[in-house]
Amino acid sequence: MLDNSAKPLVSVRDLKMHFPIHAGFLRRRVGEVRAVDGVTFDVIEGETLGLVGESGCGKSTCGRAVLRLYDITSGQIMIDGRDIGSVKQRNLRTMRPIMQMVFQDPQASLNSRMTVEAIIREPLDEHTTLSDAEKREKVGELMDAVGLNRRFAKRYPHAFSGGQRQRIGIARALALNPKFIVCDEPIAALDVSIQAQVVNLLEDLQEQFGLTYLFISHDLSMVRHIATRVAVMYLGKIVELAPREALYAAPLHPYTQALLSAVPDPDPEMAAAKQRIVLQGDVPSPANPPDGCNFCTRCPQVMDICRRIDPEYREVQPGRWAACHLHNDMSPAEVADEINAAQTAG
Amino acid sequence: MTDRDIHASADNLEVAGNPVAPIPAEKTRSQWRDVWDQFKTHKGAVLGLFFLVFITLFCVAGPWIWTVDPGALDVRNKDVRPIYTAIWDSNAKVNWARPMGTDNLGRDQMANLMQGGRISLAVGWTAMILAILIGTLIGVLAGYFRAIDGLLMRFTDLVLALPLLPLLLVMMLLFRDPLRASFGPEQGIFILVVTGIGITSWMQTARIVRGDVMAIKEREFVLAARSIGTPARRMITRHILPNVLSPIMVSATLGLAVAIITESALSFLGLGFPSDFPTWGKILNDSVPRMTRFPERVILPGMAISLTVLSVNYIGDGLRDALDPRIRGM
Repeated sequence: MLDNSAKPLVSVRDLKMHFPIHAGFLRRRVGEVRAVDGVTFDVIEGETLGLVGESGCGKSTCGRAVLRLYDITSGQIMIDGRDIGSVKQRNLRTMRPIMQMVFQDPQASLNSRMTVEAIIREPLDEHTTLSDAEKREKVGELMDAVGLNRRFAKRYPHAFSGGQRQRIGIARALALNPKFIVCDEPIAALDVSIQAQVVNLLEDLQEQFGLTYLFISHDLSMVRHIATRVAVMYLGKIVELAPREALYAAPLHPYTQALLSAVPDPDPEMAAAKQRIVLQGDVPSPANPPDGCNFCTRCPQVMDICRRIDPEYREVQPGRWAACHLHNDMSPAEVADEINAAQTAG
Repeated sequence: MTDRDIHASADNLEVAGNPVAPIPAEKTRSQWRDVWDQFKTHKGAVLGLFFLVFITLFCVAGPWIWTVDPGALDVRNKDVRPIYTAIWDSNAKVNWARPMGTDNLGRDQMANLMQGGRISLAVGWTAMILAILIGTLIGVLAGYFRAIDGLLMRFTDLVLALPLLPLLLVMMLLFRDPLRASFGPEQGIFILVVTGIGITSWMQTARIVRGDVMAIKEREFVLAARSIGTPARRMITRHILPNVLSPIMVSATLGLAVAIITESALSFLGLGFPSDFPTWGKILNDSVPRMTRFPERVILPGMAISLTVLSVNYIGDGLRDALDPRIRGM
């Protein structure tokens, strides 16, 4: 997309992850939560794709669905040339080593009854035939790589600070030399001084091992720091995807504009002069999204068409993708046709 | 980190983490020593352990020292009071050859308590282990595999809804004779009683374990293990079971009590062990009609049952703390 010579390591096409809602006496299926509703993106080898959005917009679900930790509703996921979207969970096991995940809560993502060594070793036990001594040596190397003292290998997770626990989680994700790592808000549960350490560690490891990240976060400044390209999600859909500089300099989608205007500015004068876009109302329920554009209920620049037709997610400028009628280059006649078509279909 | 740094740490544990000299045997020992160290800090558990060892030795090794036949009738020495009665009642019928007295047929109480303890402890432990195994298996399967959850839990409800005592009685009537014929009178009854109690007391464990498994299954570390590709059976043994250890331990300690008491109830109804075959529960039940005149005949076996149950409870409590690395504080 960005550069035609770069090949995508991960490509996701129209990924949907709907969770059924059961209710009533017979637990009938009465609807579904559209956590991820038709998401398309590529992650190019060696880059970091930032995935941002507010709470509950489906970022984490998207990250987990890409790794097939859920059984997806529909869509296609290609990782390293292999289609993993439709493979059975059982057969997915051999593909697990190339894709790993770093979790949000380092406390919850480590089994409190296993020692650090046992935790980091688990992937090695599952996928390699190394001897006991080799595994121990590999665990030591991994602990060195993430900046943990090897002496602590026999300790339990509760004896570590949040940042150290996250390092344990990162070491576990690195154990099988993966190509692609989904970082699911890896810094959200850490305090600010530790956040920088962990992000720098992730960057160093990326350089060292040639990793590709899908970096999920709601921290826009951190994403600006680490990501090569940024995708913005709203209510289960990607509304805009663009290279970092372009997105932060000139956001196209009204939601991205609102999101970026909310980033605090360290300079008080600048902050005072800044025009904030304050969105009204709440995010609609993903179980019952509005007709037309998902953002039409809160968009400051809403038009008539937005309430009827869901804008197509398209490449509006080279390398910049957005789903917004403001950036549709359709003529008014074409728009009218589409409205009519939608009405007859509806 | 230099080698000097590694050797500077005196702690066993940290030496075990030394990559230069890894000896696996040393590491396992040091981990179990930590468990033991934590266990020792629980006073009740240590006391319970002492009592359990004492009562087990009393029952197992006792008959080798106190060689009186528990079934031998001695009509001249019937209704002998325990020797301590002499302290407050100088007219009491006491006999140094019968330190805990005799019953109304002149059978020696101490020999009976030893023999009865052997049976009660064996039945209690075996039935409890059986119940815990069945309960944990069903609970884990139902909690982990959603597809069979409904089936297994409705089966559990079904067994729970059965009136247990009549069921046990029917089982005894149906299977007593064939089992006696093939395993001998004592073995046959033992198997019958243990199986009967085991398969009628696993339901609570299954329900508790299922609930805990369902909660743990949604935790992030299980998701992390899934992202690694850990298959279900190792997921259960490595991540789920160690984390449901506490409720299992609690049900186990309660299960032992229930098993000993159910056995005594069966004996009382005349459907457990034969009448010349003492168990703690049966001694207790036999003594009830005359317990105002001879309270020791109820108190001694009753104390044996309750103290055993209590000590196992405390041991379970201490063990649960000791096996949890967070409480162990390392």
